[in-house]
Amino acid sequence: MDPVTRPPTAPSTPKPQQAGQGEVRATIAADAEPRLVTEGITVHYGKTVGVRDVGLTFRDKTVTALIGPSGCGKTTFLRSLNRMHDLTRGVKVSGRALLDGTDVYANGVDPVTIRRRIGMVFQKPTPFPTMSIYDNVVAGLKLVGIRDRALLDDVAERSLRQAALWDEVKDRLKAPASGISGGQQQRLSIARALAVEAEVLLMDEPTSSLDPQSTMRIEELIQQLKDTVTIIIVTHNMQQAARVSDYTAFFYEGDLVEVSDTNTMFTNPKEQRTNDYITGRFG
Amino acid sequence: MAVTAPAAPGAPRRIAAVTPENLRRRYRRDRVMIGLLVVATVVVLVPLLIIVGYVVSNGISAVLTADFYTQDLGSPARALQGRPTGLGHTILGTLVVDGLALLIAVPIGVGAGIMLSEYPDHPLNPVLRILNDTLNGMPAILKGLLAFSLIVKPMGTFSGFSGAVALAFVMLPILARATEGVLRIIPWSIREAGLALGLPRWRVVLNAVLPAARVGVVTGILIAFARAAGEAAPLLFTAFGNNFFSSTPLRYLLGPVDTLPARLYGLAISPYKEWHAMGWGAGVILLALVIVTYVGTRILTRQRHTTDL
Ligand SMILES: Nc1ncnc2c1ncn2[C@@H]1O[C@H](COP(=O)(O)OP(=O)(O)OP(=O)(O)O)[C@@H](O)[C@H]1O
Ligand SMILES: [Mg+2]
Repeated sequence: MDPVTRPPTAPSTPKPQQAGQGEVRATIAADAEPRLVTEGITVHYGKTVGVRDVGLTFRDKTVTALIGPSGCGKTTFLRSLNRMHDLTRGVKVSGRALLDGTDVYANGVDPVTIRRRIGMVFQKPTPFPTMSIYDNVVAGLKLVGIRDRALLDDVAERSLRQAALWDEVKDRLKAPASGISGGQQQRLSIARALAVEAEVLLMDEPTSSLDPQSTMRIEELIQQLKDTVTIIIVTHNMQQAARVSDYTAFFYEGDLVEVSDTNTMFTNPKEQRTNDYITGRFG
Repeated sequence: MAVTAPAAPGAPRRIAAVTPENLRRRYRRDRVMIGLLVVATVVVLVPLLIIVGYVVSNGISAVLTADFYTQDLGSPARALQGRPTGLGHTILGTLVVDGLALLIAVPIGVGAGIMLSEYPDHPLNPVLRILNDTLNGMPAILKGLLAFSLIVKPMGTFSGFSGAVALAFVMLPILARATEGVLRIIPWSIREAGLALGLPRWRVVLNAVLPAARVGVVTGILIAFARAAGEAAPLLFTAFGNNFFSSTPLRYLLGPVDTLPARLYGLAISPYKEWHAMGWGAGVILLALVIVTYVGTRILTRQRHTTDL
């Protein structure tokens, strides 16, 4: 369960590469069933393209890291998976995202149900400002009518423990969530997403505002969650990607450049651009 | 407190270096700005205090009698002959009409504001916006006429209910606009956070967005109330007016009732100086009503920081 004991893959062994193969598809030999499969996901912001023609397979109970320089479309792609773009004007998503074989964009599919199955942690902490810490954690349950006090208490404690926040807030669960620090708010946002027990969890740079200690706890959490949940995590931290993920996908300027299992990605990438990025030559 | 020493001669001059000299200048400038703000506050407050002071000094003798609250007005003869007379029925009527107007207008107005802000793509949204703008630009007296034709005509009688509807028309566009305005400044990320939990849109609005905007919404309600409470015109041919207590509580809703702004006008244009004094008294009560509501709501909304789900 300790992610630190995973063999650290050194991202510092660049190998000369032959030219890319053009067509990039996630064709990873793995025993796990595909859980979420995207086909030709393209997102337009008005006339500009956020991501272009992304096809990726996310296998059940695995962790996939999305990496790439700022502005390459990681967040854009992630948000297309749980239909988060639906609410923003001028954003157009095309392509398919198949959750257990059903396209989340198909007619008659309810985005609310999709988002219940595909949870999300945002890049910035987003506590509900008027709610207490406790109510924030259980909001996803309480607001759909779950009133069983004992159950909610259990879920709140478990989620806060998982998010490495319990010890800091256990004595002031009724205090307003706006009164805790930024890093604590981020862990609160993580706890809130955990409480609804989604099957797929999208995490957009979940630890970028956290101290090393909390970051480690969240990475441990990701390892634990893998027993039950499929995780897709965006990160700018190459070591983190190497530590927590089974697969890594590299995005560049709106394109999916390369995807493979994390070991291969960091030791023997096929594409020159991938190599340049993970060895810190740009981005 | 440490202050950076002046730069040594020959050293490059630091932009915005803190020397004792310019620190003193900054404090001086600070004091000047505060002074200006105090002056501006006084300039705003003085006319307000003059109005309040003038109304109170003229009306205080009337409102300090018990009769003013316990008696109804009756005919001018009562006042002229020194018999007991008062505006008890007017105060009661005002509370009924204003309260009912709030009950009608707040859910609809706040709802309209939510619709305008949160469902911009709904097909009815543009229609609602046009309706709201029209209502907003419509003179108050026409709102009275509207309520007259909608309610007084079919019911065949002037009534407190029709007055409340007329005042609700005054409140509605103010409420809708204020609510829309405050909802728009609530960060978008809060809505996304709720939706990402798999909550339906209306749940997110009701339990996450609206509570965050609570203070602003309450302020909007207060502005709408204060505005409507002072209107006489929409009540002229709806609530109409009445010189007596109504015979039954229900008659305050279904029969003609007195209201402070309309009565104030009636008393002021009457030829009797005894009634003029009561008119000033009506002004005092109207002011008190608005101020008490304002302060009371402020206190109530300040105390609780967290809301229960
Ligand atoms: N709401 C928006 N409107 C217009 N363009 C946008 C919007 N959001 C993102 N973009 C553009 O889409 C592209 C991809 O942005 P995205 O936020 O997905 O990048 P990212 O990989 O998540 O970057 P970062 O690592 O900085 O978070 C960028 O060029 C960005 O400018
Ligand atoms: Mg991003």
